[in-house]
Amino acid sequence: MPETIAKTRRNPIHRLDLDVLRRLQMDATGVYDRVSKITKTRNPKKENQRNWLLHAASMIDLTTLEGIDTPHRVRRLCQKALRPLIDEPEIQVAAVCVYGNFVSEAKRALEGSAVKVAAVSTAFPHGQIPLPLKIQETKALVSSGADEIDMVINRGAFLRGDYSRVYDEIALIREACGEAHLKVILETGELGELQNVWTASEIAMQAGADFIKTSTGKIGVSATLPVSLVMLNAIEDFYLRTGCRIGHKPAGGIRQAKEALHWLALVKETVGDDWLTPDLFRFGASSLLDDIARQLHHLKTGQYESYDYIPKG
Amino acid sequence: MIKQMKAPSARKKQGHAAWADYGPAPESISHVKIKPRYELFIGGEWVSPASGKYFDSINPANGRVLAKVAEAGPKDVDLAVASAKEAFKTWSQTSGEERARLVYAIARVILERARELAVIETLDNGKPIRETRDIDIPLAARHFFYYAGWADKLDEAFPGMKVSPLGVVGQIIPWNFPLLMAAWKIAPALAAGNTVVLKPAETTSLSVLHLAEIIQEVGVPKGVVNIVTGFGETGKMIVEHPGVSKIAFTGSTEVGKLIRKMTAGSGKKLSLELGGKSPTIVFEDAPLYEAVEGIIDGIFFNQGQVCCAGSRLLLQENIAPKFIRLLKDRMRKIRIGDPLDKNVDMGAINSKRQLEMIERYVQIGEKEGALKYQTPFVCPKDGFFFPPTLFTEVETSQTIAREEIFGPVLAAMTFRTKEEAIDLANNTFYGLAASVWTKDVAKMIEVARAIKAGTVWGNGANKFDAAAEFGGFKESGFGREGGPQGLWEYVHFEELGTVPNSSSTEIELGTVPNSRIWKTPKMLIGGKQVRSESGRYYKVLSPDGKFLADVPLGSRKDIRDAVEAALKAQVSWAKSTAYLRGQILYRTAEILQSRSSELVQVLREQTGCDGASAQKEVSLSLNRILYYAGWTDKYTGNVNPVTQTDFNITYPEPMGVLGLVSPELPSLLALVSKIFPAIASGNAVIAVPSEKHPLAAAILIEVLDASDMPAGVVNLVTGKSEELSPILAEHRAVAGLDFSGPQELAKKIEELSISNMKRTWVHDPADWTSSQAQGRSWMRRYLEFKTVWMTALS
Repeated sequence: MPETIAKTRRNPIHRLDLDVLRRLQMDATGVYDRVSKITKTRNPKKENQRNWLLHAASMIDLTTLEGIDTPHRVRRLCQKALRPLIDEPEIQVAAVCVYGNFVSEAKRALEGSAVKVAAVSTAFPHGQIPLPLKIQETKALVSSGADEIDMVINRGAFLRGDYSRVYDEIALIREACGEAHLKVILETGELGELQNVWTASEIAMQAGADFIKTSTGKIGVSATLPVSLVMLNAIEDFYLRTGCRIGHKPAGGIRQAKEALHWLALVKETVGDDWLTPDLFRFGASSLLDDIARQLHHLKTGQYESYDYIPKG
Repeated sequence: MIKQMKAPSARKKQGHAAWADYGPAPESISHVKIKPRYELFIGGEWVSPASGKYFDSINPANGRVLAKVAEAGPKDVDLAVASAKEAFKTWSQTSGEERARLVYAIARVILERARELAVIETLDNGKPIRETRDIDIPLAARHFFYYAGWADKLDEAFPGMKVSPLGVVGQIIPWNFPLLMAAWKIAPALAAGNTVVLKPAETTSLSVLHLAEIIQEVGVPKGVVNIVTGFGETGKMIVEHPGVSKIAFTGSTEVGKLIRKMTAGSGKKLSLELGGKSPTIVFEDAPLYEAVEGIIDGIFFNQGQVCCAGSRLLLQENIAPKFIRLLKDRMRKIRIGDPLDKNVDMGAINSKRQLEMIERYVQIGEKEGALKYQTPFVCPKDGFFFPPTLFTEVETSQTIAREEIFGPVLAAMTFRTKEEAIDLANNTFYGLAASVWTKDVAKMIEVARAIKAGTVWGNGANKFDAAAEFGGFKESGFGREGGPQGLWEYVHFEELGTVPNSSSTEIELGTVPNSRIWKTPKMLIGGKQVRSESGRYYKVLSPDGKFLADVPLGSRKDIRDAVEAALKAQVSWAKSTAYLRGQILYRTAEILQSRSSELVQVLREQTGCDGASAQKEVSLSLNRILYYAGWTDKYTGNVNPVTQTDFNITYPEPMGVLGLVSPELPSLLALVSKIFPAIASGNAVIAVPSEKHPLAAAILIEVLDASDMPAGVVNLVTGKSEELSPILAEHRAVAGLDFSGPQELAKKIEELSISNMKRTWVHDPADWTSSQAQGRSWMRRYLEFKTVWMTALS
């Protein structure tokens, strides 16, 4: 059984299996119902909630992806990554996520820590450049020290049904990553039906993704719980077939601590406790951290916190 | 083998996500006041029981006494019925607008007190707070809202009909959804202008008594709703009370049968929502993860104590191993424990008695060779808890595959083809609900139509809405709750249509001949004109004693053959297009018309009636056939406004094979009045013509034989009604029996009908030539409503 396969085994590039894609069936009403049930009936309180929030903080990819980013801005973010919660010196986030220009800067700022540097690649967020340039970009980022690469899939190819093109691009980028881990952004807000989310997830996992990620955060619709549920089911299904554990990263629009708790509950209820680790679950977020800080303050003191008391990242 | 997860406390020690426990999340109960003692609610007052007796209501999660509840005896029930009767005088005359306002007010206050009611329900019933909070209470309010909206538009609910309230309605409800069942019962009854005497189950009286407080508070007039608490004995008093016009019961099939027997021949209107052994079919192309979740909702919702629980799982063989694995994984994530904990999925079984029943069934399941899987669980020791249980390798002959367990026990079987799935699904004497999982919409619709069940959920389970009808086929009972059909159960109706006095076609009077060619009438069975199996005949005489004919004397074997023929014919008859059925009916009328002067002659000869009334009977009969021929492609259902994520329809389906026993007179018209609405909608029938005057039927037999009517759709068995009717009543393959005849026999028929809980009709219209003997209600009579839910989101 898959359990016997070592947890450390990295997902390889698999052969593209279109038959599997055709067999995947999901029902959106059921997905929405399940999400509603989980959010209503899986809410840790008090000490449990505190534990959950601290772990949520440690699973954050603290992100800045702006045209106006500067080295100083990135350094400030890295400092926040190392001490995300003033009252909790033990906690650090999982990674910082930046544009390729700032990989070296971030590496320097985080040197000696366990916080990873993730860089967006493949002409994030649109991905509309020739494939050789995407490969070249990825290789350059890895050689400048990126631990993780966040790529976007070719949504145009996906929507016109050219699944092998989507697969090929991901597999080639995966090769270009070398030892760096690959997160594949599906940009689910552009995929239309929920069923497509599963199909895209499966292609990405077959092509060797280490993580499947919902969104770039650059379009109107970013991470939602129903989309994550479908992706987590896809991950479970893939795990049952291959024994490979793929990570999941919802990104974009997650700002409240309560939402983060819902996501953790979603993970726990689907793929299970084994996935509740930064190795297999991340939040792509920036302001989420500050709301977690506020909620922790409230849990500790019973008083409501102001953002004025929380250092900016 | 799948590694079993340890109980929550043990789990903490292992794995790196030990922090990820939800921990306790108790609902606050400080705002809830449960009285130490509850009285009866009669005539708008809180009344002590005449006997002075009280019984304990227990919290099943810890076994402790919550309160004392009054036990109503005969004097109390008399008083309750009397005050309901008194209140009916004014309530039935109160304007629809006023009733609507009051029923609406009940809904409003339920929502305002939702939290309090949810806690009371959880304490008294043992079900988790997440269910009472998210389902029981909101849905109870929803039913009051829904029916408030009908109170001021009753005439619009049933076009072509004038409706009026029935009087005092006796309602007996179960313990699995106490407040919700009270809402399902009280809301439509009040909206239609009835008054109510309701008895909650003895283990769960409290929420209903708090509902009584609300009813009192919003100003529903005294006596309109009366609550008498007590045991089965109290229920029996209500059922047998002569002042009660209708009984509505939800509960076990066993008790339903007792009620049917007790009310036999009484003329009390009856609606029974009984047990089930509902199938869940999972096809290879099902959305598997949602299907797993649907099964969790289907069988573990309310600890499986749901009449429509999906207790039989039918899996397509090629996906069974994977599916069972996913299901077991999911079962281990069910949280069992303190029902007041907001993160708990399954609470306590309602009573010790029920817990023991479940335990007994699980033992039987193991003994009969099924493979048991139970999730390890830790929960309070002093309450009545039972873990989610899955049986695999279950065979259809095993007890756990056949009988209703009413607990969190699922019996899984496999099938190979769609046809086999349908066969297995229908292989039960119940017919309450079914759940079908496939992404193939065509397959979904085909299977949903083929399953004999009142509710079919497509890619879903246990969904309910006040606008969607709910109720059973077969031994799951009859009558519908929710939707306009739910209202139908609480009204008298009168057809508004008119029936022409004469036909446009001239029918010759004809003369009664002195002598003619000898002719021996036959019976019609399976499309063949046959003699009786025994070869026996009886003599038919004219009123003046003249011998007219030897008519076959049908016996139980003829009934047997006729039912077999009808069963064979019915499925394809129902599947043929409505257009075709209509054409065949029109054609039958055409041929009958060509025999009309002969019919007039036979009627005169046989009954001694005058020419004009014989002419009228023949022409009305012709009209009636034409009337129903036109209905075949028109009587249909509704698309129900439920949620945006579901598409929901309720539509009529034929019941199957029906027995129709004709009165002596009018021998042709009454027979036609029953046969043609019954077959117009796709039933097949065994009709027993007038015993004394069967000669018009003999002509009808020839006409049917000459028409395009498929063999077996209409079977006519002549003979003694007194002998043939009970055979039909006892026959388990007969879905309904429309009987005309003496009162004592009618009573016997209704008593015998419990053999398979067949529907019965034993009251004739006062005048078969009147507009009450024809119309929409006659189409309605021989149909059963099915509600189909399909998910509608991608």
